[in-house]
Amino acid sequence: MRIVSKLKLLMWSVLLAVCVMVPLGVMAQDAEVAGAAEAAVEAPVDAVEAMATALQDNINIVWTCVAAFLVFFMQAGFAMVESGFTRAKNTVNIMMKNLMDFSIGTLAFFIVGFGLMFGATNGLFGTTHFLLSGADWTGGDWNFTFLIFQTVFAGTAATIVSGAMAERTKFSGYLAYSVFICAFIYPIFGSWAWGSLLDGGGWLEGLGFCDFAGSTVVHSIGGWLALAGAIVVGPRIGKYGPDKKPRAIPGHNIALAALGVFILWFGWFGFNPGSTTVGDGEIGRVAVTTNLAAAAGAIAAMVTAWIITKKPDGSMALNGALAGLVSITAPCYTVSGFGAVAIGLAGGVLVVLSVYFIDSVLKVDDPVGAVSVHGVCGAWGTLSCGLFNLDGGLFYGGGLKLLGVQAIGVLAAFAWAFGTGLVLFFVIKKTIGLRVSAAEEARGLDIGEHGMEAYSGFQIFTSM
Amino acid sequence: MKLIVAYIQPQKLNDVKKALFDKAVYKLSVTNALGCGQQMGYHESYRGVDVEVNLLKKLRLEIAVNAEFVDATVDAIIAGARTGNIGDGKIFVLDLAECIRIRTGEKGNEAIG
Repeated sequence: MRIVSKLKLLMWSVLLAVCVMVPLGVMAQDAEVAGAAEAAVEAPVDAVEAMATALQDNINIVWTCVAAFLVFFMQAGFAMVESGFTRAKNTVNIMMKNLMDFSIGTLAFFIVGFGLMFGATNGLFGTTHFLLSGADWTGGDWNFTFLIFQTVFAGTAATIVSGAMAERTKFSGYLAYSVFICAFIYPIFGSWAWGSLLDGGGWLEGLGFCDFAGSTVVHSIGGWLALAGAIVVGPRIGKYGPDKKPRAIPGHNIALAALGVFILWFGWFGFNPGSTTVGDGEIGRVAVTTNLAAAAGAIAAMVTAWIITKKPDGSMALNGALAGLVSITAPCYTVSGFGAVAIGLAGGVLVVLSVYFIDSVLKVDDPVGAVSVHGVCGAWGTLSCGLFNLDGGLFYGGGLKLLGVQAIGVLAAFAWAFGTGLVLFFVIKKTIGLRVSAAEEARGLDIGEHGMEAYSGFQIFTSM
Repeated sequence: MKLIVAYIQPQKLNDVKKALFDKAVYKLSVTNALGCGQQMGYHESYRGVDVEVNLLKKLRLEIAVNAEFVDATVDAIIAGARTGNIGDGKIFVLDLAECIRIRTGEKGNEAIG
């Protein structure tokens, strides 16, 4: 017992000594800092400013990289949405398409696309910056940050098409498509609207075209390509009955689809606020407009479907959230919170009507609603800049000029993506082949294209 | 009374249902089935290793009918399920000893109809 109490005494005295010594040490440090501060007053103010600039530059780089990583995660969202909304027998195929369009797209964008989009322009597209050339790629931290940020955007445009062509497209034909979108179709249009973000330039941005994060550049381009692909490949067997009426082919896992939508919503906080590429309070402001529009879109789609089908259809509400997000992507930086809600609400109504229209009137089979969500709502979001922009919008006394420019951009995107898409998919159809055999479609692309099943060991009721 | 048991290709279910309804046969049970026959199997591969799959996905239909409906039912199943390829399936017609409707206790021909 005595030894223990002696030990205790020792511990207390050590503790006491530490308590006394540490503040003394800190005081000594304070004195040093004060001395340094006096010296700093005499130092040129430029040094401080340079330090602040370097700090801000690094914050910008960190934020833009984090945003790029969030946007990359949207690939997982697309994979989940598309597999959830389609049948179990095609799940491996959907996963492989999502993996490969990003992987092939990354290389295609690195080799060709980035230069076409952001290199010094010849008037129609960029001609420098291919394969890390043409710019300062040694000490230029920003250029690498910008490259990864733009690569994940190109990947997003590419992966939109996968869902619209799901469950019947030949895998090798899809791989061929994914080279061309990230190498040519996406970057050339991108150079028209966004080229000056680095060393390029384009006619659309010259007109004053407003597309902050890519309602048109990313989503409409992907959506209209998806429309072209779905038309050329044709509807799934059994989608339209002998009476030409559309039949439901229910998706196999709404929980996966919902997870995908939540992942996409999360990723959009990189997509829109990340497009500021600046680490300051604007991140929060753009996150608010983005979130408001997504919420409004989900509610509006739910209500619209509730009125039309008498039930709040879960798959439509999920599409509605995405519709709000796509719609706010162009105007997220330039509208108020109220504007964002209005834009999201309109997007949510629009997506439901568009899904019915494309399914029943156009008779184009789009299993996941990609054309409605990305093409139609992308066009709406782009036009909404002309209505709701606080500076130049029609509703804020800006007149019709911006709305006209936005309409030109929307039409140009449709003509370019739908036109090149029709040609591309038609050429693939005639060469590699775009569609699997009827027998393979019935058994499922997982076995036919990949020789394996996604849910091995599960007995899944397959009668469609 | 006969019990008709048929194994068909899964994707032909809608066609078979429609053909049965056209012949006024409205009652059937459908279950998942795995089976092998003349169609043989196919090969999957999992992580580089070959997997032979010889049990294929089929659907099993069970339809209990009165004697006068047997031919119509068999014809309807053939009309709906036939593609002419190996793997279209088989139909078995069995004698049915008794049929009882649980709700009312009716037996025999009345219970089937």
